[in-house]
Amino acid sequence: MADLINLTIDGRAVQAAPGTLVIEAAKKAGIEIPAFCYYEGLSLQGACRMCLVEVEKFPKLQVGCTLPVAEGMVVHTDSPTVQQARKGTLEFLLTNHPLDCPVCDKGGECELQDMVFRYGVGESRYIETKHHVDEKQWSPVVYFDAPRCILCYRCVRVCGEGMGVNALGIVNRGVLAEIGPNEGDHLECDECGNCIDICPVGALTSGIYRYQTRPWEMNHVGTICTHCSGGCKTTLGVRNDQVIRGNNRDRSGINGEFLCLKGRYAFDFLESEERLQTPMKRVDGKLEPISWAEALELAASKLKDAKNPGVIGSTRTTNEESYYLQKFARQGLKTSNIDHIRTGDVTTLIDALSGKTDALATIGDLYTTKAALIIGADLAQQQPFMAYQLRANWRHHQSHTYTITPGPVREDQYSVGAVRCDAGKELDQLESLRDKLKAEASLVIIYGDCVKGDGVRKLVAFGDSLGIPVKYIPLVDYTNSRGALDMGVASDLEPGYKPAAKTGLSVAQMIAAKDLDVLWVVGEDPLRGKDLGSTSAFVIVQDMFLTETAQKADLVLPSASNYEKTGTVTNVTGEVQKLKRAAKTMGAKADLEIMGLIAKEMGLNLGIWTPDKVFDEIRKTVKGYNVPLPVVASGGAAQSQPVNGRVPSNYNPAEIDSDDNTLFTSGTLGRYSKIMNSVMEAPGGLYK
Amino acid sequence: MTFSPALEQRFEKMLKAYPEGKTRSAVVPMLIYAQDETGAVTEELIQEVAKRCGVSRLQVDEVVGYYSMLHRKPQGKYHVQICTNISCMLVGGTELYEHCSKKLGIGHKQTEPTGLFSLEEVECMGACSWAPTVTVNYDYYHNVTPEMLDQLLEDIRKANR
Repeated sequence: MADLINLTIDGRAVQAAPGTLVIEAAKKAGIEIPAFCYYEGLSLQGACRMCLVEVEKFPKLQVGCTLPVAEGMVVHTDSPTVQQARKGTLEFLLTNHPLDCPVCDKGGECELQDMVFRYGVGESRYIETKHHVDEKQWSPVVYFDAPRCILCYRCVRVCGEGMGVNALGIVNRGVLAEIGPNEGDHLECDECGNCIDICPVGALTSGIYRYQTRPWEMNHVGTICTHCSGGCKTTLGVRNDQVIRGNNRDRSGINGEFLCLKGRYAFDFLESEERLQTPMKRVDGKLEPISWAEALELAASKLKDAKNPGVIGSTRTTNEESYYLQKFARQGLKTSNIDHIRTGDVTTLIDALSGKTDALATIGDLYTTKAALIIGADLAQQQPFMAYQLRANWRHHQSHTYTITPGPVREDQYSVGAVRCDAGKELDQLESLRDKLKAEASLVIIYGDCVKGDGVRKLVAFGDSLGIPVKYIPLVDYTNSRGALDMGVASDLEPGYKPAAKTGLSVAQMIAAKDLDVLWVVGEDPLRGKDLGSTSAFVIVQDMFLTETAQKADLVLPSASNYEKTGTVTNVTGEVQKLKRAAKTMGAKADLEIMGLIAKEMGLNLGIWTPDKVFDEIRKTVKGYNVPLPVVASGGAAQSQPVNGRVPSNYNPAEIDSDDNTLFTSGTLGRYSKIMNSVMEAPGGLYK
Repeated sequence: MTFSPALEQRFEKMLKAYPEGKTRSAVVPMLIYAQDETGAVTEELIQEVAKRCGVSRLQVDEVVGYYSMLHRKPQGKYHVQICTNISCMLVGGTELYEHCSKKLGIGHKQTEPTGLFSLEEVECMGACSWAPTVTVNYDYYHNVTPEMLDQLLEDIRKANR
């Protein structure tokens, strides 16, 4: 490493690596240089002039956010000249800025307010009429109020550089300059809302949050998004037990400043009028409301008498619920007919990697790896956070990205090797990239559901033959798809990828079976477009909504969503993170509580069923899940390490199938989010 | 959209003149030369330039909005632009603009009925050292006084009679 550079900031000796910007060097030394347009990770703009500092021997004030440190540099960040410059800058920024803070969404968490409070002059000499432009709606979720804009270009950069969408620009010039959307009067984009989060003022506002409340009237609950498997943290703003917004301004999760529209807006299913509030049982062919006491008693008696039950778990419920459900099935019901709907082949990978260490990549690795290979996935649509990480890696470290996909993907904008082939033929194309991949220092291979069964073994053999360190990410669809498998909600596997003592029926086999007497479905919709083979089976369904499966049920138990639960979930790369309960439920109960109450009713002793206790048991007994508790408890992500030991499995790979969700769909849950359906007009579909 | 053979040839050369992947650099010259031929930067032209340079429509639109020599509507044969930004304003730019407006009988972004002159009040043209500045089509005039401007307009009128 090059020698550190010595400089002095406000009389303090500071050391920084060559190339460090003065604003960053000061920050490390605990000195704040205020700035609007500067944003870590995005290109330098130097637009707002808020970060002006005095550097000795320079005749004029310097822009701290674009000036690299130099040996012997003496910087003053709080001299009278600097203070005066800041006051002047703020006075200019406020000339046309409406002082509508009392009704502005940003009031209370506005960077301009904070800066004026801390550095401003307190009064304005501007007495002319302010230039006014009416606010505009650009999409169901993005509004723009031009007079509030301070033209820091943050939104333009996060949309172009961060997302690769380039939907925002600056139109006109001088006092008339304002942010403009790509389609003239509306946006055609990912609707991710990162522009809203990153806006330092109230110029870009969220269609669902605007004028709803004041930031300080909410509790801010950081939890894990309940949609795709990326494991992004979303901070829910909750007032009077109602979730009002989702955002990511504190950047506290693994997702940094990123959040897509699912985490930001698609929590409105919580308040859906279709939400189930009370248990129901089938009476004369119709579902009639009953009390919880009656429902639990009925469920317990049916499960107790069951000779050949089947249990289907969920890809959204917590690890604790999945673990408890399989324990319930195996120990309580003495059945091995337990499974969940698999959306990617993880099992074969864990088997194929047996004997290796450090072969499972984290999402963080996508930002540091020298190269990545994407096989059969449209990341920008299916795994937007991964797409964001890879793009940031390319932007900051010039990493190489290769793709083998059946159609164009957004990574084409910067990839160094894009191979197109018919869907299902992806692995045949590996050899064409061999020479290029061999020359890389390290590689992360991301594969979709087109690679499964023997295909995974073939892929790992290819990875081994490259002679470079290779890590893998098997893509799965939902927030806890990975956890369901890890926890052994699987016909062929017990928790921790331990081969099941006796292989039970898979989901497809359970649906086809003619002799099931009870089917217990927890948070899944396996009978969508299908009929159960066993017409006499008693069907118990725990769900938030009257899904197609619930409509065919004999007993429906209303359950809580992940935003109304505590527990842990495991993301696509095996990282365990904690859910924090944001809202309470009225009639519905958390799935773990429902299962615990049924167990109690049946007189089963399956252990204490509080999330913390079950998680303790998971950490002690499930291979790879002995994750550091302080990391998880404090809201961090800890990767589980289930590799090692062979995992013999005869699971039919044909049953593994991704739902191919786009940015605007999220399986069953997506159908109940009005906001997600309202932005469906935007381009959807993979490989377009 | 197609242009004259000469212009097509020019564009072809231009796109190769910049380093690989930097065809965005050709946006401004392309717009100017195309505007000379078509009279204005139409929506069709914006999309054509975006396509040829491999950038988004919005990125071209940003450029058109920024530069005062690019126009979305056809101008008079002689397009008079007068700067009223701070350096010019301090030495009489605003008065100069008002004088010209009165003289020609047209306002900001308007064209004479004869189509000879059009007028525009513009932002800084980068000639502050010689303020106030006026441009007529692509020619700069420095340290302009109302008398000089009158003479200039008169000369043009004579030449076009």
